[in-house]
Amino acid sequence: MLANLPQLIIGLADLTAAFLFLYGLQRMSSPATAPSGILVAGFGMVAAVLASFLYVFSVSAAAQPHLCANIALALTALIIGGGLAWLSGKRVAMTAMPQMVALYNGMGGGAAGAIAAVELFGNKTQGATQLLVTLLGALIGAVSLSGSLIAWAKLDGVIKKPLRVKGQQAVNAVAMIAALTVGGLILYATLGGAPVLLATPTWIYIFFGLALLFGVLMTLPIGGADMPVVISIYNALTGLAVGLEGFVLQNPALMIAGMVVGAAGLLLTLLMAKAMNRSVANVVFTNFGDAPKQVQGAIKGSLRPVEASDAGIAMRYASKVIIVPGYGLAAAQAQQKLYEFVKLLQAAKVDVKFAVHPVAGRMPGQMDVLLAEAGVPYDMIFQLEDINEDFATADVALVIGANDVVNPAARTEKSSPIFGMPILNADKAKQVYVVKRGEGKGYAGIQNALFYGDNCNMVYGDAQAVLIKMIEAVRGLGAAAA
Amino acid sequence: MDLSITMTGFVALYVFVLAAFAGWVIIGHVPAILHTPLMSGSNFVHGIVVVGGLYALLNASTTQEQVIGFIAVLLGAGNAAGGFAVTQRMLAMFQTSDAKPMTHHLHGHAHARVHHLKKR
Repeated sequence: MLANLPQLIIGLADLTAAFLFLYGLQRMSSPATAPSGILVAGFGMVAAVLASFLYVFSVSAAAQPHLCANIALALTALIIGGGLAWLSGKRVAMTAMPQMVALYNGMGGGAAGAIAAVELFGNKTQGATQLLVTLLGALIGAVSLSGSLIAWAKLDGVIKKPLRVKGQQAVNAVAMIAALTVGGLILYATLGGAPVLLATPTWIYIFFGLALLFGVLMTLPIGGADMPVVISIYNALTGLAVGLEGFVLQNPALMIAGMVVGAAGLLLTLLMAKAMNRSVANVVFTNFGDAPKQVQGAIKGSLRPVEASDAGIAMRYASKVIIVPGYGLAAAQAQQKLYEFVKLLQAAKVDVKFAVHPVAGRMPGQMDVLLAEAGVPYDMIFQLEDINEDFATADVALVIGANDVVNPAARTEKSSPIFGMPILNADKAKQVYVVKRGEGKGYAGIQNALFYGDNCNMVYGDAQAVLIKMIEAVRGLGAAAA
Repeated sequence: MDLSITMTGFVALYVFVLAAFAGWVIIGHVPAILHTPLMSGSNFVHGIVVVGGLYALLNASTTQEQVIGFIAVLLGAGNAAGGFAVTQRMLAMFQTSDAKPMTHHLHGHAHARVHHLKKR
C-alpha cells in the first residue's frame, strides 16, 4: 500500500485538477463569479504540478542516476518559464492581450510537441494506436506552436502585412502531405519495418520541421481582421494536442483538460466565423482582400461633416444614446475619454448603452475587456442580438472607430463581400454620428452607405481629440447654465 | 492494490467524447462579453500540459531527453503562469454599476439578461 502512495496522491491530484478546471470554467459564465472561477482552476493547476514531483518515486532504472539533475532542471524550467510568463502577463497592456494569448497558446502547443518528441526519440510508445496518436499530437502541437508565433508577430506588428504568394495553397498542401508521409515512414519503421533511406531519428527531425513549416505557411497569408478566428483555431488545436499526448502518457487530467479546451476553441471559432458570415475554411484557405472587387452600387447622397462640439451637445440633449465602439477606438487609446463623456451624459439623465459587435477587436470579446478596463460597468455593455432592436428607438447612435460592422450593405446588397454578415443597425437611429479619422474605407475595402444617409453626420478626427472636444462642449454648457 | 490507469481504445474515446461535450456545453453558456477572458482561461487550462512535461523530464535518461523535457516544462509552465496572470487581470476589471446610482433604465431582453447575470 505504502509503495502505491505516491501514485495514489498523483492520481487524486490530477482528478481534483480536472474537476476544478471544469468547475472553474463553469463559474466563468457570469462576470460576477468569473474571478473566483479562474482562482479555482488555478488551485487545480498548483495541486497537479506539485503532485507530479511524486513521479520521482517511480522513475525507471535508466533514469535513476539522472534523478537529481532532472529535478534541478525541472525546478529551473518551472521558475524561468513560469516566472517570465507571469511577469509579462501582469505587465502587458490590455490592447496587446490578443498577442499574449497567442504566445502562451503557442507555448502550450510546443510543450505538447516536445512531450511527443521525447516519446518518439526514446521509442517509448507501445503499439500502433499509441504511436499514431503520438504522431498526431506532435503534428498538431508543432503546427500550433509555429502558427501561434506567426499570429503573435502579426498582432504585435512585427509582421506588418499578410504575406501572399501565388500558388500558396499548393505549397501548403505539399508541406502537409510531406509531413503526413514522413509520419507514415516513422510509423512503418518504428513498428518493425526497415528504415527507409534515413535513420528514424532523422525522419523525426524532418517530421517536426515540416509540421512547424506548415504552421508558418498556413498563418502568414491570413489578414489582421481575421485574427479572432485564427486565435480561436490555435487555441482549439493546442487543446487537442494536449489531450492526445494525455492519452499517450495515460494521464486522464491532460486528456480531459485538453479535450474541454479543444471543444471550447472549436465553439468560439465557429461563433467568430458566423459573426463574419464566413466559413472557417474560407478564413483559412482564401484571402479576404484577394476576392475580386465587386462593382459597387452607386451610393446616393453626400458626406456631411459636423463639429465635434456640436455632436457632443446634440447627445447631451438626447434621451437615448447607443455607442458603437470599434477597434479604431482602442487603436486611438480613447476608451477612458469615451467613458468620461458617457458619465457626463448620464449625469444629464441621458440613457447610454454600448453595443458591441462580436468581431470588434482582435480576439473574441476584446472590445468588452477594453471597455471594462476603462471602467464601463458590464451591465451597460450589450451584445448584437440583445440591442439591435433598440436602435430604432434611439435618438443618437455614436459610431467610433467602427465601419464594416455598421455597413447596411450587409443587409441589402447581394454583391457586397460582407453581404449576410450580422451588423449593428446603427442606421435605424434618428441621428447617427460617426467619428472617423478620414474618408477612408473599412477593412473590407467597401464604401459604407450608412455614412451617406440623411440621418448621418461625420465627425472627422482622432477619436481621443474628438472626445476631448465633446467633453469640453458639454462641460461648457453646464458652466453656462450655472 | 494496483492503482495504475490503463486507458486504451474505447475507454479513452469515452473520456474524449464526454470531456469535449462538457467543454462545449460549459462554454456555450458563457456570454459573449466574457469571450476574451474565457479564451485566455481555457488557454490557461491546457497549461496542464506542464504535468506531462514534468513526467517526461523526471524520467529522462539521455541528454537529448533532458533537453527536450526541459523545453516541455519551460513552455508548459509559461503557458500556465501567463494564462493565469492575464485571465485574472481581465476578470478583475468587470464591474457592475450597482455601486453607483443607476442613471438609466434597462428593459426588455437586456434587462432579463443582466438580471440573470447578477443572480448567480
